[in-house]
Amino acid sequence: MSYIPHTQEDISQMLAAIGAKSIDDLFKDIPVALRPKSFNLPAEKSEFEVTQILRKAAAKNATGLVNFVGAGFYDHIIPAAVDALTSRSEFYTAYTPYQPECSQGWLQAIYEYQSIICRLTGLDVSNASLYDGGTALFEAMMMALRHTGRNKIILDSGINLIYRMMLYTYTSNLSIEFVEIPVEHGQSCREELFKCLDDKTAAVIFQNPNFFGAVDDHSDIVEKVHKFGALAIASVYPVSLGMLKTPGEMGFDIATGEGQSLGIPLSFGGPYLGFMAVKNQFVRQMPGRIVGATVDSDGKRGFVLTLQTREQHIRREKATSNICSNEALCALRAAVFVSLLGKEGFQELAQRNYQKAEFTKEALSRISGVEVKRSSPTFNEFTILLPRNADEVVRRMIEEGFACGFPLGRFYKGMDNYLLVAVTEKRTREEIGSFVDSLGAVL
Amino acid sequence: MKLIFELDKPGRRGFSYGANDVSATNPLPKKYCRLNQAQLPCLSELDVVRHFTNLSRLNFSVDTNFYPLGSCTMKYNPKFTEAIAALEGFTQLHPLLPQLSSKLAQGSLEVLYEFEQLLKEITGMSAFTLQPLAGAHGELTGVMLIAAYHKNRGSRRKYVVVPDSSHGTNPSSAAIAGYQVKVIPTGADGYMDLEQYKKQLDNEVAAVMLTCPDTLGLFNPRIKEIADLAHNVGALMYYDGANLNAMLGKARPGDLGFDLMHINLHKTFGTPHGGGGPGAGPVGVNEKLVEFLPISRVIRKEDAVFALEYNYPKSIGYVAPFYGNFGVILKAYAYILALGKDGLTRVAEVAVLNANYCQSRLKEYYDLAFDKTCMHECVFSASRQVKHGVHALDIAKYLIDQGYHPPTIYFPLIVQEALMIEPTETESKESLDAFIEIMIKIAGLAEENPALVTRAPLNMPVKRLDEVRAARQPDLCWKKS
Repeated sequence: MSYIPHTQEDISQMLAAIGAKSIDDLFKDIPVALRPKSFNLPAEKSEFEVTQILRKAAAKNATGLVNFVGAGFYDHIIPAAVDALTSRSEFYTAYTPYQPECSQGWLQAIYEYQSIICRLTGLDVSNASLYDGGTALFEAMMMALRHTGRNKIILDSGINLIYRMMLYTYTSNLSIEFVEIPVEHGQSCREELFKCLDDKTAAVIFQNPNFFGAVDDHSDIVEKVHKFGALAIASVYPVSLGMLKTPGEMGFDIATGEGQSLGIPLSFGGPYLGFMAVKNQFVRQMPGRIVGATVDSDGKRGFVLTLQTREQHIRREKATSNICSNEALCALRAAVFVSLLGKEGFQELAQRNYQKAEFTKEALSRISGVEVKRSSPTFNEFTILLPRNADEVVRRMIEEGFACGFPLGRFYKGMDNYLLVAVTEKRTREEIGSFVDSLGAVL
Repeated sequence: MKLIFELDKPGRRGFSYGANDVSATNPLPKKYCRLNQAQLPCLSELDVVRHFTNLSRLNFSVDTNFYPLGSCTMKYNPKFTEAIAALEGFTQLHPLLPQLSSKLAQGSLEVLYEFEQLLKEITGMSAFTLQPLAGAHGELTGVMLIAAYHKNRGSRRKYVVVPDSSHGTNPSSAAIAGYQVKVIPTGADGYMDLEQYKKQLDNEVAAVMLTCPDTLGLFNPRIKEIADLAHNVGALMYYDGANLNAMLGKARPGDLGFDLMHINLHKTFGTPHGGGGPGAGPVGVNEKLVEFLPISRVIRKEDAVFALEYNYPKSIGYVAPFYGNFGVILKAYAYILALGKDGLTRVAEVAVLNANYCQSRLKEYYDLAFDKTCMHECVFSASRQVKHGVHALDIAKYLIDQGYHPPTIYFPLIVQEALMIEPTETESKESLDAFIEIMIKIAGLAEENPALVTRAPLNMPVKRLDEVRAARQPDLCWKKS
């Protein structure tokens, strides 16, 4: 099945109109010597056959485990209306709304998304989306480098290791000096940071809650960062913003993050949603599409892609970013998700996460040999110290039906006995209870 | 339409989490809490559903309108692939589960592995990374691979060469990865000027980035010579896969002399464009570059068990947190399996047939940028219509009024008043004929009554929008007035 509607007669008529004898004639510019050396692909299959193949593959994934793994990517409840609305093909089979008059639905939806991201982060302007939380952080860092003309970046080591690795990959051909600041008692180490902060620093980058789940108030740091003329950047978990002090309230210049938790399924790593919000003064340094409100020739409100002179299709090598396709459909999911929850629902979602994680902490701390790390407050994720190697415990817990957390030894030397446990609103009291019982039994 | 914020009625809720089944605990210390509640709109579920359903109806889309947006390959997106990507066995899988045990994600790892094998055969490349999350992201990954390759050989070259007809993402990706850009003009024959190209090539050139067929819709018969010239100075050849649709089964970048490439899965392999994304931009490389590919990579062990492998000391590292836009990859994989060898070849054949049909039937009415057999898209110039005051933009707006999404306009930049038409293979002769008739009508109106064209659109939810005002007085976030 190739979804081609042409009959033989259509093809003959079209070739006649073109003045070609055969379809092969149309490919005459490709020299015979350059034709494929091989093209050994399977024969066509019906959609039923393909679906069966992929159903079998899906069944080989262990999605039945009760999930306590987070580490930046969270198992949240997704209202059915999110899928229903984003499955409308008037949305998903459109492309980037270059032509505003036939794309008002998309443009307005993105404007609403931008407004929602501003409200969540407490900042002035959001773009229309970036690929994911990691690439969004990279883009924010590049903004700071351009804005300040400096080349030193201070990274808090509470930033997801994968994101830090991504920053290193992207800058390996550029001359950027990175300094990593240790985490102390779960939070950003002020003393070390202030030692490194100087007038060569372009930006200081944090994550809140950090990779270990700890929350912090970076207001004091941000103030100092600004005194040195550097920018303060935060990578944040949007669900936590139903409760936590916002990047805007702490004075951050740029907030980015992974929007997966806003109604987007885990889907083995993507598609996800990178979001970015900034203070007004940085809007012309922003990467990616931005939608703005304007009026038509009758004075009626309408929406357009705007400030496009930042972008690659106009500025080419001088653009603020190379991004073209973004994650619009995921941004729409986020907009629908937040609209369904509303002001009260979104706050409740954050509180549930916090409460269930606290409840789980209490229960886990009653298992002898398990130490719940409490040096700093957490949101919905926290670390526990096990009496033995976490990998082994993880394997035993899989047999009990639990993905019991992320073994920190995978990312950090010397943390082989630590487990990072996430508890979202999706976990029931009963699941938490049997999780704790099973862990007690396994240990 | 009202904004969702203008429908706000405090007290309404569109979703309930049910009763809280855990007891209240110690509150989070105030210093960590947000000072003001986020001012989000309060609506019922029906309010939200009606709002976004009505918004959806204000869009043109492939499912509702012919969408010949050049360079974007707006083909039909099969529905069964959507159903596959929505299978819970895939959507519920946490990307870190393989860190607990690779046994937990065997199905998804198998999909990634098998998909890579198919892409290798389709393109003639030796290996792929599926991590890049869009075409431009693939380009950036590619340029970083190029940098790693030269660094490994002890050289740090300065330049990336692109033709002036290239997509903006090419020079932009090169610049972000730390290169300077050299631009080669297009010659009178529509191809990259070979003499200028030869002059610019030296051992400071890291790579040449080309789209093939190019953005004029032309296949350059001297492509192999261009590749050989680059290789002679030690540069690599990058294939921008935006136009791969025309090449399926007809030519493979690997055989043409390209060293690395990206594929836009959302163009060539039928995954929907999602209003601007998500796409996916896997990057394929030949043997020269395999060792530099991002980690992780999926391997197949002897006992048909799949695993993630991270031990590649020369890898450039992570370009995405995990394995790419997995949901998009699934759809593209299902699409390729469904079409098979003959179906994919047929895609290229009919895509090229449709474009040439539009070109042949319209060239009497519009100036062709270059009068040659085209591949999957044809590029006209509205310069003849401009004499009567009708610009490419006006033609686009008139088409909108008639229910057609316009072609890409003003790109490629080297064609004045460009109209770039890519019909794709899934459009029937009847839809092409109807579109062609409207285009012919517009050409007539341009001469006889241009005002009818220049005041369009009149039938849409909005008339022409004030883009200057949007840029000069940015209103990017709703504020309560």
